[in-house]
Amino acid sequence: MGTPVCGRCGHKLQSRDPLSLQRVWALWIVGALCYIPANTYPMLRTQTLFQVDESTIISGAVEMAHHGSFGIAAIILIASVVIPLSKFWAIAYLAVSVKSPTRVSNHRRQMLYEVVEYIGRWSMIDIFVVAILSALVQLKTLASINPGPASIFFALSVIFTMLSAQAFDSRMIWDVQAENEDPKHDE
Amino acid sequence: MKDFAASDPTDLLDDLIVCPQCDAAFRMKKPENGERAVCQRCHKVLIAPRRNAGLHIIAVAFAVLFLIVGAAVFPFLTIDAAGNKNAVSILDAALAFSGGPMIVLSLATAALIVFVPLARVLLTLYVLIPVVLDRPAARHAIRAFRVSEALRPWSMAEIFAIGCAVALVKVADLATVGFGPAFWMFGILVVLVIAQDNFMCKWSVWYRLEHPKNS
Repeated sequence: MGTPVCGRCGHKLQSRDPLSLQRVWALWIVGALCYIPANTYPMLRTQTLFQVDESTIISGAVEMAHHGSFGIAAIILIASVVIPLSKFWAIAYLAVSVKSPTRVSNHRRQMLYEVVEYIGRWSMIDIFVVAILSALVQLKTLASINPGPASIFFALSVIFTMLSAQAFDSRMIWDVQAENEDPKHDE
Repeated sequence: MKDFAASDPTDLLDDLIVCPQCDAAFRMKKPENGERAVCQRCHKVLIAPRRNAGLHIIAVAFAVLFLIVGAAVFPFLTIDAAGNKNAVSILDAALAFSGGPMIVLSLATAALIVFVPLARVLLTLYVLIPVVLDRPAARHAIRAFRVSEALRPWSMAEIFAIGCAVALVKVADLATVGFGPAFWMFGILVVLVIAQDNFMCKWSVWYRLEHPKNS
């Protein structure tokens, strides 16, 4: 249509970004790579009177469950394991589905995309818990909690998967339908 | 913006609205206050104007502004175990990752919890106050609004609030935890931020930025 810039907000105009899927996959891979050290390295270093305790995300949650706080263990497991893993799966599935035929309806996939976009930020909860704990529990010799190296990888993983989801153009889901059907959509 | 208003094809374009989510084009009929225009294909809400939405958003934005500043400065949580005490503010919590590469994480956390929400509030006020007062739009208001919308997913105050709850339960058996004034401020803040996002109708703001004098 001639104008490369939006007349309203000044943003660059492009009907479909041909590199959209490439960016989705690139950011997805970085996010997935960061997720591995996030689970193998310790997330929290707890120093009490006589012992130093290092716990990873999963072992921390298991410990909470042993102490009887099943609710908290569930929140941590859902926010740091279930959500990130299902997000990796969902973004990969969406990216594959716009290239190859699928039986899942566009509405379902659009909904999946919205859920991924909405829920992705919530994975940051574990980072915030670590931040609050390590700032709060600094009681000299009695007890202190410090963040472990996993926290930085986990934060990176969340950020890169959020960027990956944002790079995905939801209009691609509907383009396939528009090609197959009568392209007229009035009112 | 208005350069092509006279030419014929853009007159037609003004009646059209394209769904940002699925790219279906519709002939637009502006909904009344309280009604919503919804994309027929993917059911995204395209326009949802409310009566006095601008005023509400500005009022809420001011409240959010004061609460952010207050919540960041006052002590947030206090801990007490066998005579050892410690009080932290939200900034302390955000800056807990110190040493080496962890400093990056500290800055990122501080940004996500305090500075991004703060920036969004300031940008919203900057854009909306002239619009609501029926003045011409502020300089760079359009760019400011675009930045504010781009920052939306990175404003994580409500997630931090849930993180607090989790952290509290984790510490509860280790020590006595008390709430500082900032904790309650932050609680109200979270509710207000969510309310503000729900009031905002992007289409109406863009429309008013382009047509400042009308209605």
